[in-house]
Amino acid sequence: MIAESKKTPAARYGMSIDVDRCNGCGSCMVACAVENNIPPATAGATDRTGLTWIRVFRIDNGAEGAERRSAFVPVLCQHCGKDAPCVSVCPQQAVDVDPATGIVGQMPERCLGCRYCMAACPYHARYFNWWDPAWPAGMEKTLNPDVSPRMRGVVEKCNFCHGRWHAAKTKAVANGKTEIDPADYIPACVEACPSGAIHFGNLNDAATETAQGARLPNSFRMLESLGTDPKIYYQSKKNWVREISSAPRPAVGKEKARG
Amino acid sequence: MVKEMDKEFITRGVRRCSTPRFLLWLAPWVGLLLFGAYSAGLCLVKGLNQTNMDNRYAFGLWIFVDLTIIALGAGAFFTGFLLYILKFKELKAVINSAVVIGVVCYSGAMAALMVDVGQPLRAWFTFWYPNVHSMLTEVTFCISCYLVVLLIEYLPIVLKNRKLREIPAFLVFEFELHKLIYVLAGVGTFLSFFHQGSLGGLYGVLRGRPFAFREGIFVWPSTFFLFILSAAAVGPSFLILTTWLVEKITGKRLAKDRVFQMLARISGILLSVYVLAKTVDTLIWINRTSPSLGFTASQYYDWKPFGTWILFAEIVLCGLVPALILLTPRLRARRAWLIPAAALACCGVALNRYVQTVQTLALPTLSFDKFLSYTPSWQETGTVLGVVAYGVVVYSFSFRYFQIFPEERELKIEVRPQAEEEPALAGRF
Repeated sequence: MIAESKKTPAARYGMSIDVDRCNGCGSCMVACAVENNIPPATAGATDRTGLTWIRVFRIDNGAEGAERRSAFVPVLCQHCGKDAPCVSVCPQQAVDVDPATGIVGQMPERCLGCRYCMAACPYHARYFNWWDPAWPAGMEKTLNPDVSPRMRGVVEKCNFCHGRWHAAKTKAVANGKTEIDPADYIPACVEACPSGAIHFGNLNDAATETAQGARLPNSFRMLESLGTDPKIYYQSKKNWVREISSAPRPAVGKEKARG
Repeated sequence: MVKEMDKEFITRGVRRCSTPRFLLWLAPWVGLLLFGAYSAGLCLVKGLNQTNMDNRYAFGLWIFVDLTIIALGAGAFFTGFLLYILKFKELKAVINSAVVIGVVCYSGAMAALMVDVGQPLRAWFTFWYPNVHSMLTEVTFCISCYLVVLLIEYLPIVLKNRKLREIPAFLVFEFELHKLIYVLAGVGTFLSFFHQGSLGGLYGVLRGRPFAFREGIFVWPSTFFLFILSAAAVGPSFLILTTWLVEKITGKRLAKDRVFQMLARISGILLSVYVLAKTVDTLIWINRTSPSLGFTASQYYDWKPFGTWILFAEIVLCGLVPALILLTPRLRARRAWLIPAAALACCGVALNRYVQTVQTLALPTLSFDKFLSYTPSWQETGTVLGVVAYGVVVYSFSFRYFQIFPEERELKIEVRPQAEEEPALAGRF
């Protein structure tokens, strides 16, 4: 494994999301749910108890009438880089950062369900299984065999479609390669986005569209001031949209972005 | 028959109510305990969907109650530390009561935690795959170990029971256990310092929650030390409160006034130090820690109902005010001042734990996020009531059958006018 890591420089997978191109259709949410075997919402579930590894928020500039402007912001696990807040708090090492990919992983099989990681996450990108997972009769046939469904009482979150990463890795090994072909590893939400607002790739590879997007002058990351070094970059040409990266300010006036 | 058996278990030289009266007292608490068990059972069988917690309010009433009762139960370790390590002999009068309160608080908190986690059967994972960087690991290890220490400390109290003493093996075992009491007190103090601190660190390390995050010393945020200090400060106050309450309920004098005065003085001194440390910490947080994370501290108090009043209530009303009362010999010598002051100190620590747990989660972190509110479900409330009822039942049994207050017999035969002289002694401690 050490020999392999010497040969292959560590990747740093991330996303760049063009907020100006997102039309809020929710395809990414549906594709994510299908890919990752996220069960349909149980009767009684609310937007605060449901499972949505990626969630599109509607925001507006706070103005009224003709001046009112809206935008849609997909929020998922930001795959923090330096000292991810959720990793250090987990009492039983059910959360880790893969040094080879930079992906923050969650092991539901080891999760105690204490939800400390959820309290620690400033992006609210972690979800708890409040109910037993259940699919309507017949729908279980549509389950993705590469992804294990999670049980009640554990935490889950976006893992950049880990099943797809495994499949790409297996394919590369079968072809005698040490590195995966970027075309083989595309998360479901990226694939499903009809407006091409989401790009995924290795941020350490300057040639990727993701890395280029991250370096654009109108690119920003959520709550960068916290020092969590997230790997999800957003872009927008609008000032009021870019302001969502900062802390909430309940007392500010007109130009406040509202969810 | 039952009455006779019951009488044989009651300590010699003390008077206890009749068996039917005791059963009558227990009946509502046992009812509440059963309701609590049913509520907790629903959460265990059907899952945490029975609660009103959600993905944003991942912690709720239970964590708040756990943190509070563990702080209030700190009297057990701190009284043990003062008595056995620092040789404050007067505290022998309340040490047994402190141990019973400790057992009740810690076992109750552990029971609530078991219901609170999504997969209670995986609790052992923390011991098997411990993440040494997690404050929760430290909490789990220290609380589990300390509960064992408390149970060992509780055992001699049980074995000293009038009837159980008749079994020679129990007597020998109790005697041998008692020899270990200094070691147990030392171990208990060490473990308690760590878990009280870790409970504070639990929120203090949350860099993603600037409202709770604090800078610190070495690996521990300032809340680590503030929690130790506040728990040590209110532990004696809670002991005053419970002893007074038991005196009122039973109509007996259980400890001499000088014991109350000593506990009050210790609580007052520690509370003053805590208020000072908390004030300095708050100023550092407002002026440096929070702004460095991009959050101006004033914004936290713009989200109603959590205005600045909560900060005032925590530091001044429930901190400085009781500290001053408990430090003033003339005031603390009067029950009319002493008891409200002790109650205020206990409310202060509860408010601090509430702010740390509930307010932290209510405040939004993303700019397009909403301020959230949460009301516990009846199952959550029922579980908490069950824990309270469990505490009352265990304490009631302990009071009836074990020698919780060794001075009780002495005070029973004491001539009444003595009580008038005692306030003059108050200033000595």
